[in-house]
Amino acid sequence: MESIPILKMGDVLLVTIQVDMHDRLAITLQEDLTDRIASTSAQGVLIDISALEVVDSFIGRMLGNIAAMSRVLDAETVVVGMRPAVAITLVELGLSLRGVRTALNVDKGMDLLRASLRSPAEESADGTDEG
Amino acid sequence: MAKSRIPSILYAYEEELLEEWIREQLASDIWRGDLLPESELRRQSSEFLGALRQAAESDNLTDIMTPQWSEVREILTDLSRSRVQQGFAPWETATFIFSLKQPLFTRLRQELEQDADTLANEYWAATVLLDELGLFTTEAYQKSREAVIARQQQELLELSTPVVKLWDGILAVPLIGTLDSARTQLVMESLLQRIIDTEATIAIIDITGVPTVDTLVAQHLIKTVAAARLMGADCIVSGIRPQIAQTMVQLGVDLDVTTKASLAEALRLALQRSDQTIIRKSRDAAGG
Repeated sequence: MESIPILKMGDVLLVTIQVDMHDRLAITLQEDLTDRIASTSAQGVLIDISALEVVDSFIGRMLGNIAAMSRVLDAETVVVGMRPAVAITLVELGLSLRGVRTALNVDKGMDLLRASLRSPAEESADGTDEG
Repeated sequence: MAKSRIPSILYAYEEELLEEWIREQLASDIWRGDLLPESELRRQSSEFLGALRQAAESDNLTDIMTPQWSEVREILTDLSRSRVQQGFAPWETATFIFSLKQPLFTRLRQELEQDADTLANEYWAATVLLDELGLFTTEAYQKSREAVIARQQQELLELSTPVVKLWDGILAVPLIGTLDSARTQLVMESLLQRIIDTEATIAIIDITGVPTVDTLVAQHLIKTVAAARLMGADCIVSGIRPQIAQTMVQLGVDLDVTTKASLAEALRLALQRSDQTIIRKSRDAAGG
């Protein structure tokens, strides 16, 4: 069955959505991702949606849900690479995905994740380092 | 109805009609010598009368939308357009046509004095024709004016939505004028595109130039902020005047975003958030 690959990079799970999302695929992703977070005890999740051109209210809500579920499993989630058209559509649909952290691209998303993963443990050690 | 005498009268008395018509227009109370020189009026009038004579030869005096009348329509459209630009009122423009009635009617009466029936018929035909032409002029005037308004709106939109790069990774959007849906859309699109182009992480929306913030404007601001956040950029709203702060609280508007009183304060916060500082060079260091 068609599914979206989930890559593990150290403490972080990387999900890149390269195909047009449809409802079943989104549900599969939700199930796969929660399973993987639980089994690998990942600390962070990075979802790259830069190839996603079309969203509807369902996909928008699924993105929010997936992020919320990851947070429940204690994994910091960042959604990166949203296109302007997608952002405008989500806002017009009334889905501003509150509580989901966002970044412009994978690079900045990783920075954000690393900073938030490191800060609780090593705050006193090198908290003043470049963020 | 027998063949109308109007074309033959236009043909026979073109010179006289033109002189009387121009005299009529110049003598009128509403003649705007300050906007249009007499020579220009003379040129327009003779051009129109010539075209009218030619069109009337087709013996179709009721429907001015036919091809024979295309030249007349063209002249009237041009005339309306130039009069819009010169600042004439619509009724002043339409009077150009209606003032032809008197000279034409005078000629008709002179020619058909003996035949009351024909005279009445010709009066009617001439009235219908000139009314139609007058209305056409008004319509053309209206269209020209609408075109001007549409162009200005477009220019205003383009003028009022710049997105400027303020610092590395910091964008600013100085909003001027009231925010409506169309402008919000444009601001949103250009802001998001610039966020991608410059890889900015912070966008400052400055509303110093926004006259009032009511619930609708606030709604538009919230949308813009939310869209920028989805792209991974934080927003700061700056330039909130004391009066606007008061109305916002009284209306119960909650922007749910960091706000600062001035653009300078917002820039300071943005630099702080992106771990950058501006340091004043001390005089000694600069000299030595």
